[in-house]
Amino acid sequence: MTKSELIEALARRQNHLAFGDVELAVKSLLEQMSHALSSGERIEVRGFGSFSLHYRPPRMGRNPKTGATVALPGKYVPHFKPGKEMRERVNHSAGAGEPVA
Amino acid sequence: MALTKAEMAERLFVDVGLNKREAKEFVDAFFEVVREALERGEQVKLSGFGNFDLRQKNQRPGRNPKTGEEIPISARRVVTFRPGQKLKVRVEAYAGSGE
Repeated sequence: MTKSELIEALARRQNHLAFGDVELAVKSLLEQMSHALSSGERIEVRGFGSFSLHYRPPRMGRNPKTGATVALPGKYVPHFKPGKEMRERVNHSAGAGEPVA
Repeated sequence: MALTKAEMAERLFVDVGLNKREAKEFVDAFFEVVREALERGEQVKLSGFGNFDLRQKNQRPGRNPKTGEEIPISARRVVTFRPGQKLKVRVEAYAGSGE
Protein backbone atom coordinates (compact mmCIF):
# COMPACT_ATOMS: atom_id res chain seq x y z
CA MET A 1 0.00 0.00 0.00
CA THR A 2 1.41 3.37 -1.04
CA LYS A 3 0.59 6.82 0.32
CA SER A 4 -1.87 7.47 -2.51
CA GLU A 5 -3.58 4.10 -1.93
CA LEU A 6 -3.82 4.96 1.76
CA ILE A 7 -5.44 8.29 0.85
CA GLU A 8 -7.93 6.51 -1.44
CA ALA A 9 -8.78 3.92 1.23
CA LEU A 10 -9.36 6.67 3.81
CA ALA A 11 -11.47 8.69 1.37
CA ARG A 12 -13.70 5.64 0.79
CA ARG A 13 -13.96 5.01 4.50
CA GLN A 14 -14.59 8.62 5.55
CA ASN A 15 -16.76 9.39 2.52
CA HIS A 16 -18.34 12.46 4.12
CA LEU A 17 -14.97 14.24 3.78
CA ALA A 18 -13.82 16.01 0.62
CA PHE A 19 -11.01 14.11 -1.14
CA GLY A 20 -8.75 17.16 -0.86
CA ASP A 21 -9.26 17.26 2.90
CA VAL A 22 -8.31 13.58 3.17
CA GLU A 23 -5.10 14.28 1.21
CA LEU A 24 -4.32 17.27 3.42
CA ALA A 25 -5.07 15.34 6.60
CA VAL A 26 -2.75 12.45 5.63
CA LYS A 27 0.02 14.91 4.76
CA SER A 28 -0.57 16.72 8.05
CA LEU A 29 -0.33 13.49 10.07
CA LEU A 30 2.91 12.40 8.37
CA GLU A 31 4.41 15.87 8.78
CA GLN A 32 3.39 15.97 12.46
CA MET A 33 5.08 12.62 13.04
CA SER A 34 8.25 13.58 11.12
CA HIS A 35 8.38 16.89 12.95
CA ALA A 36 7.96 15.24 16.36
CA LEU A 37 10.80 12.79 15.71
CA SER A 38 13.11 15.43 14.29
CA SER A 39 12.54 17.50 17.45
CA GLY A 40 13.50 14.54 19.61
CA GLU A 41 9.91 13.85 20.64
CA ARG A 42 8.43 10.34 20.87
CA ILE A 43 5.16 9.27 19.22
CA GLU A 44 2.80 6.99 21.12
CA VAL A 45 -0.25 5.41 19.52
CA ARG A 46 -1.92 2.73 21.62
CA GLY A 47 -2.58 -0.48 19.71
CA PHE A 48 -0.38 0.66 16.81
CA GLY A 49 3.03 1.28 18.29
CA SER A 50 5.50 3.89 19.39
CA PHE A 51 8.28 5.72 17.59
CA SER A 52 11.36 6.94 19.37
CA LEU A 53 14.95 7.86 18.59
CA HIS A 54 17.87 5.51 19.10
CA TYR A 55 21.34 6.94 19.47
CA ARG A 56 24.18 5.63 17.31
CA PRO A 57 27.54 6.51 18.87
CA PRO A 58 30.35 8.03 16.78
CA ARG A 59 32.46 5.49 14.88
CA MET A 60 35.25 5.23 12.38
CA GLY A 61 33.97 4.47 8.92
CA ARG A 62 35.54 4.02 5.53
CA ASN A 63 34.98 5.64 2.21
CA PRO A 64 34.13 2.53 0.16
CA LYS A 65 35.68 4.04 -2.99
CA THR A 66 39.02 5.23 -1.65
CA GLY A 67 39.34 3.10 1.46
CA ALA A 68 40.18 6.23 3.47
CA THR A 69 39.10 6.21 7.12
CA VAL A 70 36.60 8.86 8.11
CA ALA A 71 35.30 9.76 11.57
CA LEU A 72 31.51 9.49 11.61
CA PRO A 73 29.79 11.55 14.30
CA GLY A 74 27.11 10.13 16.62
CA LYS A 75 23.58 10.40 15.33
CA TYR A 76 19.96 9.55 16.07
CA VAL A 77 17.88 7.11 14.04
CA PRO A 78 14.09 6.63 14.19
CA HIS A 79 12.92 3.41 15.81
CA PHE A 80 9.45 1.81 15.74
CA LYS A 81 8.16 -0.61 18.36
CA PRO A 82 4.87 -2.25 17.37
CA GLY A 83 2.13 -2.16 20.01
CA LYS A 84 0.47 -5.24 21.46
CA GLU A 85 -2.62 -5.16 19.23
CA MET A 86 -0.46 -4.63 16.12
CA ARG A 87 1.81 -7.55 17.03
CA GLU A 88 -1.11 -9.86 17.69
CA ARG A 89 -3.15 -8.97 14.62
CA VAL A 90 -0.21 -9.17 12.22
CA ASN A 91 0.92 -12.48 13.63
CA HIS A 92 -2.49 -14.15 13.95
CA SER A 93 -3.47 -13.32 10.40
CA ALA A 94 -0.27 -15.08 9.28
CA GLY A 95 -1.81 -18.29 10.59
CA ALA A 96 0.69 -18.62 13.42
CA GLY A 97 -0.27 -20.08 16.75
CA GLU A 98 -0.54 -18.21 20.02
CA PRO A 99 2.59 -16.16 20.67
CA VAL A 100 4.89 -17.48 23.38
CA ALA A 101 6.73 -14.97 25.61
CA MET B 1 6.43 14.68 26.14
CA ALA B 2 5.13 12.53 23.33
CA LEU B 3 2.96 13.15 20.28
CA THR B 4 -0.39 11.39 20.85
CA LYS B 5 -3.57 10.81 18.84
CA ALA B 6 -5.30 13.61 20.75
CA GLU B 7 -2.69 16.16 19.61
CA MET B 8 -2.77 14.85 16.05
CA ALA B 9 -6.56 15.31 15.99
CA GLU B 10 -6.23 18.81 17.42
CA ARG B 11 -3.88 19.74 14.55
CA LEU B 12 -6.29 18.32 11.96
CA PHE B 13 -8.95 20.54 13.52
CA VAL B 14 -6.73 23.63 13.35
CA ASP B 15 -4.85 23.02 10.08
CA VAL B 16 -7.30 21.07 7.91
CA GLY B 17 -10.55 22.37 9.39
CA LEU B 18 -12.09 19.01 10.20
CA ASN B 19 -14.49 19.28 13.15
CA LYS B 20 -13.35 17.71 16.41
CA ARG B 21 -15.30 14.48 15.92
CA GLU B 22 -14.15 14.09 12.29
CA ALA B 23 -10.57 14.78 13.30
CA LYS B 24 -10.61 12.16 16.05
CA GLU B 25 -12.24 9.60 13.74
CA PHE B 26 -9.75 10.38 10.99
CA VAL B 27 -6.73 9.75 13.20
CA ASP B 28 -8.21 6.42 14.31
CA ALA B 29 -9.03 5.48 10.70
CA PHE B 30 -5.50 6.37 9.54
CA PHE B 31 -3.81 3.97 11.95
CA GLU B 32 -6.52 1.34 11.41
CA VAL B 33 -6.12 1.34 7.61
CA VAL B 34 -2.34 0.94 7.93
CA ARG B 35 -2.78 -1.86 10.45
CA GLU B 36 -5.34 -3.65 8.23
CA ALA B 37 -2.94 -3.57 5.27
CA LEU B 38 -0.17 -5.09 7.42
CA GLU B 39 -2.63 -7.65 8.75
CA ARG B 40 -3.35 -8.71 5.14
CA GLY B 41 0.39 -9.16 4.68
CA GLU B 42 0.78 -6.00 2.62
CA GLN B 43 3.81 -3.72 2.99
CA VAL B 44 2.94 -0.04 3.59
CA LYS B 45 5.14 2.56 1.86
CA LEU B 46 4.71 6.15 2.99
CA SER B 47 7.10 8.15 0.86
CA GLY B 48 9.03 10.77 2.80
CA PHE B 49 8.28 9.00 6.08
CA GLY B 50 9.17 5.34 5.77
CA ASN B 51 8.07 1.78 5.01
CA PHE B 52 6.35 -0.70 7.28
CA ASP B 53 7.59 -4.13 6.23
CA LEU B 54 6.62 -7.62 7.34
CA ARG B 55 9.17 -10.23 8.29
CA GLN B 56 8.68 -13.90 8.89
CA LYS B 57 10.65 -15.13 11.91
CA ASN B 58 11.48 -18.79 12.42
CA GLN B 59 11.11 -20.49 15.78
CA ARG B 60 14.15 -19.92 17.98
CA PRO B 61 15.22 -20.97 21.45
CA GLY B 62 14.33 -18.58 24.25
CA ARG B 63 14.47 -18.49 27.99
CA ASN B 64 12.18 -17.28 30.74
CA PRO B 65 14.32 -14.51 32.20
CA LYS B 66 12.84 -15.03 35.68
CA THR B 67 13.15 -18.78 36.03
CA GLY B 68 15.90 -19.48 33.49
CA GLU B 69 13.69 -22.16 32.02
CA GLU B 70 14.17 -22.81 28.28
CA ILE B 71 11.08 -22.22 26.14
CA PRO B 72 10.98 -21.99 22.36
CA ILE B 73 9.88 -18.64 20.87
CA SER B 74 7.35 -19.68 18.23
CA ALA B 75 7.61 -18.77 14.53
CA ARG B 76 5.85 -15.47 13.93
CA ARG B 77 5.26 -12.61 11.55
CA VAL B 78 6.44 -9.20 12.75
CA VAL B 79 6.27 -5.59 11.55
CA THR B 80 9.44 -3.60 11.05
CA PHE B 81 9.79 0.06 10.17
CA ARG B 82 12.43 1.37 7.79
CA PRO B 83 12.62 5.16 7.94
CA GLY B 84 12.78 6.89 4.56
CA GLN B 85 15.76 8.96 3.44
CA LYS B 86 13.98 12.25 4.11
CA LEU B 87 13.03 11.31 7.69
CA LYS B 88 16.53 9.92 8.39
CA VAL B 89 18.16 13.17 7.30
CA ARG B 90 15.76 15.27 9.40
CA VAL B 91 16.31 13.12 12.49
CA GLU B 92 20.11 13.04 12.07
CA ALA B 93 20.07 16.81 12.18
CA TYR B 94 18.59 16.60 15.67
CA ALA B 95 21.53 17.28 17.98
CA GLY B 96 19.78 15.93 21.05
CA SER B 97 21.32 15.89 24.48
CA GLY B 98 23.64 12.99 23.68
CA GLU B 99 23.25 9.75 25.57
